[in-house]
Amino acid sequence: MSKVLILAEHDGAVLNPSIAKCVSCAAELHAETVDIAVFGDACGPVAEQAAALNGVTRILTVERAENAHQLAAILAPQFAELASDYAYLLGPSTTYGKDVMPRVAALLGVGQLSDVMSVDGPYTFKRPIYAGNAITTVQAPADKPVVATVRVASYQAVATGGSATIEPANPVCALPDHSRFRELKSGGGDRPDLQAANIVLSGGRGVGSEENFELLYRLADKLGAGVGASRAAVDAGYVPNDMQVGQTGKIISPDLYIALGISGAIQHLTGIKDAGTIVAVNKDSEAPIFEIADIGLVADLFAVIPELEKQLG
Amino acid sequence: MEKIMVCLKRVVDYNVRIRVKQDGSGVITDGVKMSINPFDEIALEEALRLREKDKAKEVFVVSIGPSDCQQQLRTGLAMGADRAILVETDTDIEPLASARVFQQIINKEKPELVILGKQAIDDDCNQTGQMLATLWDRPQATFASGLEITDGSATVTREVDAGLEVIEVDLPAVVTADLRLNEPRYVKLPDIMKAKKKPMETIAIADLGVDTTPMFETTATEAPPVRQKGVLVNDVAELVSALKQKGFLT
Repeated sequence: MSKVLILAEHDGAVLNPSIAKCVSCAAELHAETVDIAVFGDACGPVAEQAAALNGVTRILTVERAENAHQLAAILAPQFAELASDYAYLLGPSTTYGKDVMPRVAALLGVGQLSDVMSVDGPYTFKRPIYAGNAITTVQAPADKPVVATVRVASYQAVATGGSATIEPANPVCALPDHSRFRELKSGGGDRPDLQAANIVLSGGRGVGSEENFELLYRLADKLGAGVGASRAAVDAGYVPNDMQVGQTGKIISPDLYIALGISGAIQHLTGIKDAGTIVAVNKDSEAPIFEIADIGLVADLFAVIPELEKQLG
Repeated sequence: MEKIMVCLKRVVDYNVRIRVKQDGSGVITDGVKMSINPFDEIALEEALRLREKDKAKEVFVVSIGPSDCQQQLRTGLAMGADRAILVETDTDIEPLASARVFQQIINKEKPELVILGKQAIDDDCNQTGQMLATLWDRPQATFASGLEITDGSATVTREVDAGLEVIEVDLPAVVTADLRLNEPRYVKLPDIMKAKKKPMETIAIADLGVDTTPMFETTATEAPPVRQKGVLVNDVAELVSALKQKGFLT
């Protein structure tokens, strides 16, 4: 029986919701143990949250000053050092996981499977190509570690209630000093995280300005929803980049996705294909988004938003 | 800097509507328009701008693939690259193998900076730049939306899930380009003509002596599940009612 090691993503205080989904993917591997490695300068709180996930065996904490900012070139050698006993090495397909995992693979001399969306067998996986317009079934060799990132939108989070053990680990390896963290300019806000929210409102170029996005924020607050945006809206400067939904932004799977003033370019649809219910509001009846929407309303979003607010009470 | 190396991949053009072959053996690419991977084009544009700001003397482009890749390399030369290298192979290669090939070119050319797109729009792997940096034992700055070069180091603004992260890496380094790094220039006819005279070197992949054996085997390629057709509602009241029927907004 084989073992899985998952790379934890966190911000120093909170474990990223993507990890509970990685554990869900790991469960499909029917491994003997599922461990999570937490790197940081103070891992305690995050380790506790990881230990509470169902189906996890051990949390390995690697606490060092150098790990404070999660730089790929610094984390990868340590993770690779811990990897020797494991058949599967998983990371989330987030910008963090995408940054670190390929370095791990290269250090181990193996390839990587990006965006695993399902496990069909111990060495058989499905992943999307061409912005999700084709799905491939891929066979990995059984005699090498499988390094993969997990497509977070394809999995549900495992429940909490577990009680994994927490133990310190001390991988011995040279750490480079050629990369330094300077700052993080956060999009900010205390709205629900886009990748974890059950309801997401999204605005496109049709919203027209940064000020107009306030209308979406207000409606979102009423619904307890996260707010996303199309690439066009980000390019136009209406919203920061961390709100972008799509092939090169975030790929999300909320229960309800409401697209306002979004035309529905293929690359945007890639980001929302796994949503439960897709609602589209656009004054252009020819907008491609109507081909994928479960409920479509051909109307002006500036008339719809206040009306929706009124009807929600 | 003396040299900037830019890696270009020949991919199905991003406007093409992808169709899967009926027999599940792959995606239809015969007769389909091919282009430089859009992210690689952005990478090249950034390199050219650095050279125009006198931060570098030479920009060269490298591609791995069949001899038809010369079309994309010529476009790169037309955009302004000084010379091109084709590492010729007729078989598809995986990111780790690409990284090994690029590493050989780096050994020969010794660029101070390598820029390439963050991912190729065909396989969407998002690995080559990171793997290359690892084999080279150098820093990586991925998903770059801003790049400043000063005295032997690069300050890179990266688009990450939480917002914009700024890091500093010592050169030589690998930078992978994200969408908003820049808007690539258009190629004009005089540039295309000039490009024909620029050097294009071809190297057979076997001559580089790297292991390019694929690790994975794709056993099937299918179209994604199709969502059921939806309904149009006439007004907000109907929308709210439809949502309540699905269990929302209660």
